[in-house]
Amino acid sequence: MKILVCISHVPDTTSKINFADNDTKFDTNGVQFVINPNDEFGLTRAMWFKEKQGANVTVVNVGGPETEPTLRKALAIGADAAIRVNTDAKDGFQVAKELANIVNEGGYDLVIAGRESIDYNGGMVPGMIAALTNANFVTNCISLEVDGINATAMREIDGGKETVSTSLPLVIGGQKGLVEESDLRIPNMRGIMMARQKPLSVVEPTNASTETSTVKFEKPAPKGAVTLVDADNVDELINLLHNEAKAI
Amino acid sequence: MSVLVYTESEQGKFKKTAFEAASYAKAVANQMGTTVTAVAINANDTSELGTYGVDKVLNITNGDLKAFNANAYASSIEQAAKQENATVVIVSSSADSKYLAPILAIGLNAGFASNVVEAPSNTSPFTVKRTAFTNKAFNMTTIDTAVKVVGVSKNAFGLVESNGSATTEEFSPSIPASGVKVESVDRATDKVTIADAEIVVSAGRGLKGPENWGMIEELADVLGAATACSKPVSDLGWRPHSEHVGQTGKPVASNLYIAIGISGAIQHLAGINASKVKVVINTDPEAPFFKAADYGIVGDAFEVVPTLIEKLKAFKAQNA
Repeated sequence: MKILVCISHVPDTTSKINFADNDTKFDTNGVQFVINPNDEFGLTRAMWFKEKQGANVTVVNVGGPETEPTLRKALAIGADAAIRVNTDAKDGFQVAKELANIVNEGGYDLVIAGRESIDYNGGMVPGMIAALTNANFVTNCISLEVDGINATAMREIDGGKETVSTSLPLVIGGQKGLVEESDLRIPNMRGIMMARQKPLSVVEPTNASTETSTVKFEKPAPKGAVTLVDADNVDELINLLHNEAKAI
Repeated sequence: MSVLVYTESEQGKFKKTAFEAASYAKAVANQMGTTVTAVAINANDTSELGTYGVDKVLNITNGDLKAFNANAYASSIEQAAKQENATVVIVSSSADSKYLAPILAIGLNAGFASNVVEAPSNTSPFTVKRTAFTNKAFNMTTIDTAVKVVGVSKNAFGLVESNGSATTEEFSPSIPASGVKVESVDRATDKVTIADAEIVVSAGRGLKGPENWGMIEELADVLGAATACSKPVSDLGWRPHSEHVGQTGKPVASNLYIAIGISGAIQHLAGINASKVKVVINTDPEAPFFKAADYGIVGDAFEVVPTLIEKLKAFKAQNA
């Protein structure tokens, strides 16, 4: 089975978010970048397929040279090869189109992407890849089994979960649950050394068009101070929630 | 030229998100000087949509669409959009709508903006405000294509009633074969879900153990709320992963979020920022959550919560 894991290079979850150039660009100063958490669950599940069922795992990212450490980390975790599409990620459609091109050329059976990236939260790339490559698609995927060309997946729905059967080629939008958090892997020294020998190919983009553009960013308005209520005066909290906040 | 909205229903009944999406569609249609057409799939009574600004309903009744299927639903909405010559297509932010929207966008050659929180600031260029960086910022985005797909965030735009009425036409799209088949659905029917809840009661490690969740559930019961938890709690297995709220868990956009014994890690706060009113109960006055909350009690959850339950019961009885 040939698996492609799409990796977003995103600010670490604890990063302070700031903007530059008149609030038109994300300010990367002092920001640590990591593998998108939703992609990390998918990468770990891909490692499971590789080890238990035999699979070749390639990771891919659309981005400039600055994203290579993130791809190297994925290689250190155990991916066999990495591809970087050499262009800045501009919008979901452009990224999906570049990735669909990689999928079509590489003939992957299974494409694992995160349900969304934690930076732009668009949640559109996996579905668009599936639509562009005519593959089956399951998102919010919290479990995945593959038996030959048949797959069984579970996905989270509002208020529960749903089990679906489908077949390869398949694209999934994965998330926590695909593997347990405790199963996520930290690259060890051997993995880091081996990653240096693994192929990281840089391919030129097809210059896919964009469909959306960022005009500017805004931060939420500063919040007023908390209104503290004495622990012995719970009635006051109820009063505030009812009369002031109109929340109950 | 028209605005099309997908109004989702469950077991024949429209969801609140359908009315929110319709309200948003009406606002867009007003800005563009056009009408709103809704697509309803296997809904029992479509007349209610008129109350939220829908002028015409394309009503699809089809047994093959009984279970949600992203491809089939996206294809049906795409066919409706083409028939109506729709330039803007609105969907909600439910799990199902987020599933079908990218497929629909590709089908329509449409740019797609998700998590949109306000009516467009401009319709030419079509500019919307959407959340980014897991609610730590907003992104003003233009959709540059002729046809646009907009996903509206839950609880962001709200319900706006208007005094119109909707006409209904039967619509029979061709349903494509699907490669994804629903085998079973496991839905918690007796509880309010985090996605639908107006109020969420959430607890963290301050509760000391899963055996202490009885009072959290009781508080949720009194308020008609859903229960949720912080990441460490789900990692410890005290509560199911589906209750984990935060950056890698479920985002919450409720009207009221009550956090009990949760210190307020940045990842947790990112997941609840979209909630309107936040209350924190914590013994530690330095807990970061107090900076993010609107109301707070510095106190022991084991003393405050039982009192709160009693007082709320009395309040509810008085205000019933």
